[in-house]
Amino acid sequence: MTEVSVAKDVVAGTSDLVVLKSVNKHFGALHVLQDIDLTIATGEVVVVIGPSGSGKSTLCRTINRLEGVDSGEILIDGKPLPAEGKELARLRADVGMVFQSFNLFAHKTVLENVMLGQLKVRKTDKQKAEEKARALLDRVGVGTQADKYPAQLSGGQQQRVAIARALAMDPKVMLFDEPTSALDPEMINEVLEVMQQLARDGMTMVVVTHEMGFARSAANRVVFMADGRIVEEAVPDQFFSNPRSDRAKDFLSKILHH
Amino acid sequence: MFDFLEGYDVLGAFWTTVQLTLLSAVGSLVWGTILAGMRVSPVPLMRGFGTAYVNIVRNIPLTVIIVFTSLGLANVFGVTLGASGDFATMFFRLAVLGLSAYTATFVCEALRSGINTVPVGQAEAARAIGLSFTQVLTLIVLPQAFRTVIGPLANVLIALTKNTTVAAAIGVAEAAALMKTMIENEAQLLLIATIFALGFVVLTLPTGLLLGWLSKRLAVKR
Ligand SMILES: Nc1ncnc2c1ncn2[C@@H]1O[C@H](COP(=O)(O)OP(=O)(O)OP(=O)(O)O)[C@@H](O)[C@H]1O
Ligand SMILES: [Mg+2]
Repeated sequence: MTEVSVAKDVVAGTSDLVVLKSVNKHFGALHVLQDIDLTIATGEVVVVIGPSGSGKSTLCRTINRLEGVDSGEILIDGKPLPAEGKELARLRADVGMVFQSFNLFAHKTVLENVMLGQLKVRKTDKQKAEEKARALLDRVGVGTQADKYPAQLSGGQQQRVAIARALAMDPKVMLFDEPTSALDPEMINEVLEVMQQLARDGMTMVVVTHEMGFARSAANRVVFMADGRIVEEAVPDQFFSNPRSDRAKDFLSKILHH
Repeated sequence: MFDFLEGYDVLGAFWTTVQLTLLSAVGSLVWGTILAGMRVSPVPLMRGFGTAYVNIVRNIPLTVIIVFTSLGLANVFGVTLGASGDFATMFFRLAVLGLSAYTATFVCEALRSGINTVPVGQAEAARAIGLSFTQVLTLIVLPQAFRTVIGPLANVLIALTKNTTVAAAIGVAEAAALMKTMIENEAQLLLIATIFALGFVVLTLPTGLLLGWLSKRLAVKR
């Protein structure tokens, strides 16, 4: 009996990359995350969807501790997130984050943006860092823009650079918080294609998005949030064609009518 | 017409003014940056110290601070800054210390307003790739903050150049001290005052122009 349960723990330990256990968070009186339990396996792509203010961004930000939590536990690759400090900084480097507003370092060139973390956090030597940065920029299709400043690029190009910047740290998991909602429609696809390729390459991803095409084609699972709770979890096809909860039905009917 | 200048080392006095200005500029820039770092630090003790320092030192008249460095630090506590026998050097160094301590508060406040213009997303993205607080500050936030406050910093530097005249109060032989001596001994009062006024304009005008040009050149585009 004991042997069996130990064996099972080991398997779970290696395949569960991100684990949230009864996580609670308040902003003042507002209970933004309520008893969140969520487990994300290595290589899994999870799409988080839900109405505005339901806590999706906050959920993402707690996973790399840009926001602290009030109670509960968050494990990355079996290790609990440490409190603020050097160790947390190191762990954060393993969790890539892509923001809605790109947030490229405005005073640095595209190439420098992708090299900075390698040089200062991973202590890679300069030549290796540059080679890797150029390779990543090519991979996301902006290799020719390497020497420009972020403000000289289109939104779609900036977001692809931001993805390259996160990938340069060799993260174990990538978080995307509405990566396409600040983009003009004609640029959304170039970013989604990069993300789809990433998913095919086996990257573990948590993606907050309302792009149902992406969810259907790339996600293993859809997590539906409302009022700080996870209301429903399902495979994409089942969630979009046959949602169980009333909240999800209501939400989907609203975004589908657009 | 300019015979009365004979026997006075006007250039030497202005050279002392330049040295006071440059050394205090470096000192106040370094200390002011550290203070600004403290004022945005997540550690409450540091924030408290930064806030208290700025609010106290900024509100004491510079003359009092300079006199304090001489009477208080040197005479009471025996601080000589490595120049115990040589009074001229000692008072010069004490003046630099006083000017730096005072000017740093203005550098700090200019920088802090610059830090506030850097979007929070910049610091968040920097934290997200694993940079420490100090790295986020020195690699991402301060470089952008500096570029937006070059103009205000130029004003601080110009004010500092003129404030070096207060060092005369503890006997540093800079331009204003020489002017006072000359006015006491010579008849051409207006001419003497004009020469010294022009001297200061010659020092400060290029500072303003150069930094104005830099500020345009280095502006961060968003
Ligand atoms: N720093 C903060 N301080 C106070 N309240 C906050 C803060 N950040 C978010 N909130 C509030 O917490 C709630 C959840 O915010 P969150 O940004 O996580 O929602 P979201 O699901 O990402 O919404 P959206 O779709 O609009 O991005 C909102 O009501 C928001 O106003
Ligand atoms: Mg959000």
